[in-house]
Amino acid sequence: MAAKVCPRCGFYNNVKRKRCSLCDAPLDGSQIKDLSYNKKENFYRIQSSNKRNSVLLIIFLFIFLIILGFIFGYIFDIGYTGPILALIISTVTTLISYNMGKSIVLKISGARRVTKEDEPQFVNVVEEIAIAAGLPTPETYIIESNALNAFATGKNPNDSAIAITRGLLNKLNREELSGVVAHEMSHISNLDIRFSMLVGVIVGTIVMLSDWLLRYLFWGRRGKRNRREGGGGAEIIILLIAILLAIIAPILAKLIQMSISRKRELMADAKGVEFTRNPEGLASALEKIAQSSIKLETATRATAHMFISNPFKDFSKKSSALFSTHPPIESRIRILRSM
Amino acid sequence: MVILIVVGIILLVIILAVIGIYNNLVRERNRVKNAWSQIDVQLKRRYDLIPNLVEVVKDYMSYEQETLTKVIEARNFAMNAKGVKAQAEAENMLSGALKSLFAVVENYPDLKANENVMRLQEELTSTENRISYARQFYNDSVMQFNTMVETFPANIVAAIFNFKQMEFFIIPESEKANVKVDLR
Repeated sequence: MAAKVCPRCGFYNNVKRKRCSLCDAPLDGSQIKDLSYNKKENFYRIQSSNKRNSVLLIIFLFIFLIILGFIFGYIFDIGYTGPILALIISTVTTLISYNMGKSIVLKISGARRVTKEDEPQFVNVVEEIAIAAGLPTPETYIIESNALNAFATGKNPNDSAIAITRGLLNKLNREELSGVVAHEMSHISNLDIRFSMLVGVIVGTIVMLSDWLLRYLFWGRRGKRNRREGGGGAEIIILLIAILLAIIAPILAKLIQMSISRKRELMADAKGVEFTRNPEGLASALEKIAQSSIKLETATRATAHMFISNPFKDFSKKSSALFSTHPPIESRIRILRSM
Repeated sequence: MVILIVVGIILLVIILAVIGIYNNLVRERNRVKNAWSQIDVQLKRRYDLIPNLVEVVKDYMSYEQETLTKVIEARNFAMNAKGVKAQAEAENMLSGALKSLFAVVENYPDLKANENVMRLQEELTSTENRISYARQFYNDSVMQFNTMVETFPANIVAAIFNFKQMEFFIIPESEKANVKVDLR
């Protein structure tokens, strides 16, 4: 098998296509790539890249907080207490986000645990797909919202959860529901869930800390000026921190986008079909999702990348081509239908 | 002396390779066995559900005794089947009998609306799906194991330690399309 790789967005197109089906860039014959890879090997590659990225993310958190700690210690003249404090904070954040990230993400999203007595069909379908994937059954959650969406989270297949909105559950028939659950199950088996959970919690924490620090600096600065006249050195450093924090925010946003790249969503679609052997189920579920314009109120910038479809419903053509966490739903449907 | 060392090293490499391959074969074979036991669990689930269903519907369906008898017979036959092939055939018969039972249920609006029947229908639909997914997982595992047993150099180790190819859980093409009944 071969594919035409789009020079603009890196999407793998059918060899017969003249233009990229994702971003519409023109394709000539030069980008053809052989895809005859070992499927299992490829699966392990995704798994290990998720493990590696999770570690990198944690290292990034440590470095970021320790630098902040040094600066903080310098400004307030508390010496090494700053970085030591930072080390403690980053250790605690890492431990919390790894061990409790699942409950935090579910809590933020307003998800409620359901059992077989409450939702027999949903829980049955999750158990069925778990058998197809050869994995333990994830916990099942429901978000009481009319929006149509779903996500999976957890640190590994033994400790994972699948959440679905009430709207989606009501709208889908059994076949479509299986397709959606299988998509989420492949995020679980790929360990996509671990990395996206860490991204959600850690990035959320950093944004919160930066925000808090900026506000503190703003107020602290006023107080200082009264006490100590003409602190020129400190002024410059404070300015530097402000700039540092200002550039951190877009970097973090970029990181979230990288975490669940559009390619991963497509791979989860493909692997999900491997479980159900029924591409039409997921395709028609995505079609229903695309038709709805209800936004999910409980989704945040820090958790948006986890959902099966963009929870903000921001589907303008331009934004989808380069800076989107999700591929355009229409091209996902087209790919599924051509399987 | 040099020759002895060289031969020794070669022997050591071969022994290590054989140990590695042997362990791989055992791991794959256990995966297949595990997958088979998962099918067994789901089949057992279906055997347990059928008497409940029959109990609930039999009062409504006095004219459909034949269908009910067929389901019960198919169940008892499947429970006593031995071996992968016989089991697969018996289970297909049972799936077919259940399908015709549900088709009959469609003709009785009272029965269709009965909460117990609805619950049992959902459970049986789910069980049918579980069986077909478990079978799918089993067949994939068998495929992986058989490929390993057939390919060089594992085939030599497999022959020495008597690893045999395993049987697929096969269903006829015509039935395959209908196995996942959607009763909604």
